[in-house]
Amino acid sequence: MSHSLFGPLEDVAGDAGHEAHPPRMGFFTDTSVCIGCKACEVACKEWNLVPEDGLSLTGMSYDNTGALGASTWRHVAFVEQPAGRASRTDLGMPGMGPPEPAPAPDGPGQESESGEGGVRWLMSSDVCKHCTHAACLDVCPTGSLFRTEFGTVVVQSDICNGCGYCVPACPYGVIDIRPGDGRAFKCTLCYDRIGEGLTPACAKACPTESIQYGELDELRERAGRRLGQLEEQGVDGARLYGADPEDGVGGDGAFFLLLDEPEVYGLPPDPVVTTRDLASMWRHVGAAALGLVGVGVASFLGGRR
Amino acid sequence: MAECHPVGFQWVMEAKRKGATVIHVDPRFTRTSAVADLHVPLRAGTDIAFLGGLVHYVLDNDLDFREYVVHYTNAAAIVGEEFADTEDLDGLFSGYDEESAQYDPTSWQYENAPQAPAAGMRDPRQPAGPEASEEPAEHEAARSEETGSGGPAVHAKPERDETLQHPRCVFQILKRHFARYTPRLVAEVCGVPEEDFLRVARALTENSGRERTSAFCYAVGWTHHSTGVQTIRTASILQTLLGNMGRPGGGILALRGHASIQGSTDIPTLFNILPGYIPMPHAAQHENLAQFVAEDAGSTGFWGNMDAYTVSLLKAWWGSAATPENDFCFDYLPRLTGHHGTYDTVVNQIEGRSPGYFVIGENPAVGSANGKMQRLGLASLEWLVVRDLTMVETASFWKDGPEIESGELVTEEIGTEVFFLPAASHVEKKGSFTNTQRMLQWRHQAVEPPGDARSDLQFYYELGQRIRERLAGSTDPMDAPLLDLTWDYPTEGPLAEPDADAVLREINGQDASGEPLSSYTQLAADGSSSCGCWIYCGVYADGVNQAARRRPHWEQSLVAPEWGWAWPANRRILYNRASADPDGRPWSERKKYVWWDAEQGRWTGEDVPDFVVDRPPDHVPDEGATGPDALGGRDPFIMQTDGKAWLYVPTGLADGPLPAFYEPVESPVGNAVHGVQRNPALEDVAEPDNPLNPAGSRVFPYVFTSYRLTEHHTAGGMSRTLPYLSELQPEMFCEVSPRLAQEGGLEHGGWATIVTARSAIEARVLVTARMRSLRLGDQWVEQVGLPYHWGANGLVTGDSANDLVGLALDPNVHIQDKVGTCDIRPGRRPRGPALVAFVDDYRRRSGAHPAPEETS
Repeated sequence: MSHSLFGPLEDVAGDAGHEAHPPRMGFFTDTSVCIGCKACEVACKEWNLVPEDGLSLTGMSYDNTGALGASTWRHVAFVEQPAGRASRTDLGMPGMGPPEPAPAPDGPGQESESGEGGVRWLMSSDVCKHCTHAACLDVCPTGSLFRTEFGTVVVQSDICNGCGYCVPACPYGVIDIRPGDGRAFKCTLCYDRIGEGLTPACAKACPTESIQYGELDELRERAGRRLGQLEEQGVDGARLYGADPEDGVGGDGAFFLLLDEPEVYGLPPDPVVTTRDLASMWRHVGAAALGLVGVGVASFLGGRR
Repeated sequence: MAECHPVGFQWVMEAKRKGATVIHVDPRFTRTSAVADLHVPLRAGTDIAFLGGLVHYVLDNDLDFREYVVHYTNAAAIVGEEFADTEDLDGLFSGYDEESAQYDPTSWQYENAPQAPAAGMRDPRQPAGPEASEEPAEHEAARSEETGSGGPAVHAKPERDETLQHPRCVFQILKRHFARYTPRLVAEVCGVPEEDFLRVARALTENSGRERTSAFCYAVGWTHHSTGVQTIRTASILQTLLGNMGRPGGGILALRGHASIQGSTDIPTLFNILPGYIPMPHAAQHENLAQFVAEDAGSTGFWGNMDAYTVSLLKAWWGSAATPENDFCFDYLPRLTGHHGTYDTVVNQIEGRSPGYFVIGENPAVGSANGKMQRLGLASLEWLVVRDLTMVETASFWKDGPEIESGELVTEEIGTEVFFLPAASHVEKKGSFTNTQRMLQWRHQAVEPPGDARSDLQFYYELGQRIRERLAGSTDPMDAPLLDLTWDYPTEGPLAEPDADAVLREINGQDASGEPLSSYTQLAADGSSSCGCWIYCGVYADGVNQAARRRPHWEQSLVAPEWGWAWPANRRILYNRASADPDGRPWSERKKYVWWDAEQGRWTGEDVPDFVVDRPPDHVPDEGATGPDALGGRDPFIMQTDGKAWLYVPTGLADGPLPAFYEPVESPVGNAVHGVQRNPALEDVAEPDNPLNPAGSRVFPYVFTSYRLTEHHTAGGMSRTLPYLSELQPEMFCEVSPRLAQEGGLEHGGWATIVTARSAIEARVLVTARMRSLRLGDQWVEQVGLPYHWGANGLVTGDSANDLVGLALDPNVHIQDKVGTCDIRPGRRPRGPALVAFVDDYRRRSGAHPAPEETS
């Protein structure tokens, strides 16, 4: 059986060697209804016994979590931006820092104090994408990271040796080594819950159904309908992120409906599985080795002359 | 709502998904604003001007639901000639007494209405007996609140002009009263541009009427003001004019601050009501049961049966000891002698009149306004009992309160004996929560409480038992109420916790044979029934805990009557007779809810009809009928004494029959609506440690408003101790607009000191465009947003915003303004005694009253 590294893949779990397996399960995070309550963050930590990881104010709007990491498996981003900013191409940096200073009190730009002016506050709960082609898994030397029968990607802490290869391999910067512990951790899509037919903790806690758990195929259909609905309502800038099996990771098992460019939320615009070129790299390595051997042989041969 | 009630907000999101328009009117741009279709920022404390503007828009454009208004409200009622409006008296209503700063509501009555009821008077202006002369400055006992949920009694139905043309009919008075609340005025007072205001007005009115309804949701952003009650009144007027009451998708929803705060009003922890909103008897006015119930005995509607509710309550409490001969132990009930709200209690503590204090699941040292007064009160006690899940500041003020740091209190000199008792959490005990929809939902116990932690039920039961043991054999009549109590709950489990189920059964009530009752209409005044809370009667119908029902919504109708149980009688929408037209037909197919089935001769529909079920729409009551018998077929507001919704309140409110806009007590601007600056009937708290910033002070040029964050729970006792919540909002911060940051030299992420005449606190600064600079005419108003969750204890600590808040109270419910004026400057606050000097300097420079020299 071929273990594919890139491109669309119909049967992820099957590709990993699961013969009879349940359908691929995933998350659809609809950020258009996220209210930023962070119940997902708390429920995740409670269920998975993830430790508290810092009591400091970041100044990044209401986001004091910062980013996904070994002790943050759900992260709600808060993006403050001037209203009407959606779909601007001039993105610059993600809008999570301190806001730009206001114009002078009586200067231009203060004429319309309300109405279309004002502010937009985007919230989005980020999580491990459970990629179709998961580089973290591909590079793991111990087999600690594995593909489950649900098509999700799980790291087993009792096997992880803390080598850290998975950390730079992740195109999203999700998986990380826990300081003081040394092992790698990330979202398991609540492997211990879904195996029992339960909904993952974050999705269960979400009050507005922003986080939806289910069969990936069905979630993709649902997301398509939701996008159509928003477009019908005239919402500019809405898009799916990670739903396309043709993308650089073969589509995500956890994908999103965003209201602006991915960069605005701190997400890479065009992630590519870092092991995409592994096969060709090996081919090149092989060719180079052969070449070297050839040079060596030639030099010996030459030396004889 | 998303910010403070994220779980309830799921239903707003669901409505939005179905096409509802969500409008958020709030000084602050919150998580609600983020998903609303429209956010309208306004100056904190100007809600009456904004809502009054909407009322004006409805009346000025003839957009009221006229058929509804004519038949179901008191719009047609004619008011007496003596009434003078704020329009006539530049901001005052008739009946105002300068000296006492109180209203005499006599002139607000309907034409030809009896001036005062004969007995059992609850008229707020009636002489209050001996204590009235002792404490002339005190407002009368409880006043409007004392009337319970039925509103004050109005005897004899008023004269009506259903053409609504009579110049003194309520409708015309309303039109004149709100005439000045124009979009321009709204802009000037609230800082809301006219076009934004008109967008709201159009959206609301276009979405109201026969085919559509709109709902209002509010929380303490409306109520925590010296004009809080009148804010809710303005919304009531608006919703009534639009026909949005008693109909599906309509109403005014009070979002309560904690789980089961609704429950703790229904079965109250308040001083002035008994279970089911039965008023607490007054010492001078209610010497016996007959006097107590007389007022209601003559009135229309279901309060006419108050004798049955009261006697059944007395039977629940005193069982066989309550007999007709001893007035069912009516004399065992405590009596009011004045008002005893939380701030009165604090003043009494400070002045040495209140030696003991039970604080249960509350943290007033952080969560109540004017934190310093709270703590000075605690320090003046002989004993203090605090029951909580964690060590809250109220139990530790004596060693780590801000006054210890500043030197104003010295630990060794505080005589308060503090008893801190660990309490069981909601998962460690069973019981019910009552939510804002009046729905009881039963909780089952998940785990046993740890260590010495026990439920509150166990605590009170045990306390009662121990007191009764001490008093056993006493013949002192003072001890009889305790000794005669029915105090015999079965216990269960390893910790011998009283069975909460048995308590719910007692609340539900039973008949003479001990069978559980199923409806409050079964309650009798002859002592044959008992019931711990008449509105909860039926929660244990058929001996089944109805609150524990959890049939999923997909297995039942849209109203989902088999999920939990809603009081009264499992009705999900109150006054739902109003969802049908005067002839009993649905106003529209789309908004069909409860209607008259002529064939069956009954009201029927999606919900339990909130009406006499077989009373036809054309029923005209007999002359002289009382109680429910006096309700006509077109009187849907069955708890009101005239069966109508009140656009105008002829009696019962302390500060006017109609809402009028007054500035918050501390405001940077003058009142643009009237010549009267602040609520003329408000209650001052004249205490040395409650100096108030003068209105328009240049020393305190900014507005502050306090609020909550999703991540923390109120005063923080349930969140600052939890790592997973603490890390989400780890520090006290203030939110300021970019303009204010520039003006005040405030740096994003840096420190700021916020100061009022009460105190100064420090906070990290968030500069954000979510805080909007508001333009009032040619003046800018800046608002400082302050979450109030922090204190000295827990994993994350910080200064308490409530230390900044001053006390000046709404005269109806004795609640304070949550807004005030302040100064903000960069950097951290002074420490130790320097803090006091720093604040004193502000007090002196601003002319705050009282000045430091007058109080030290």
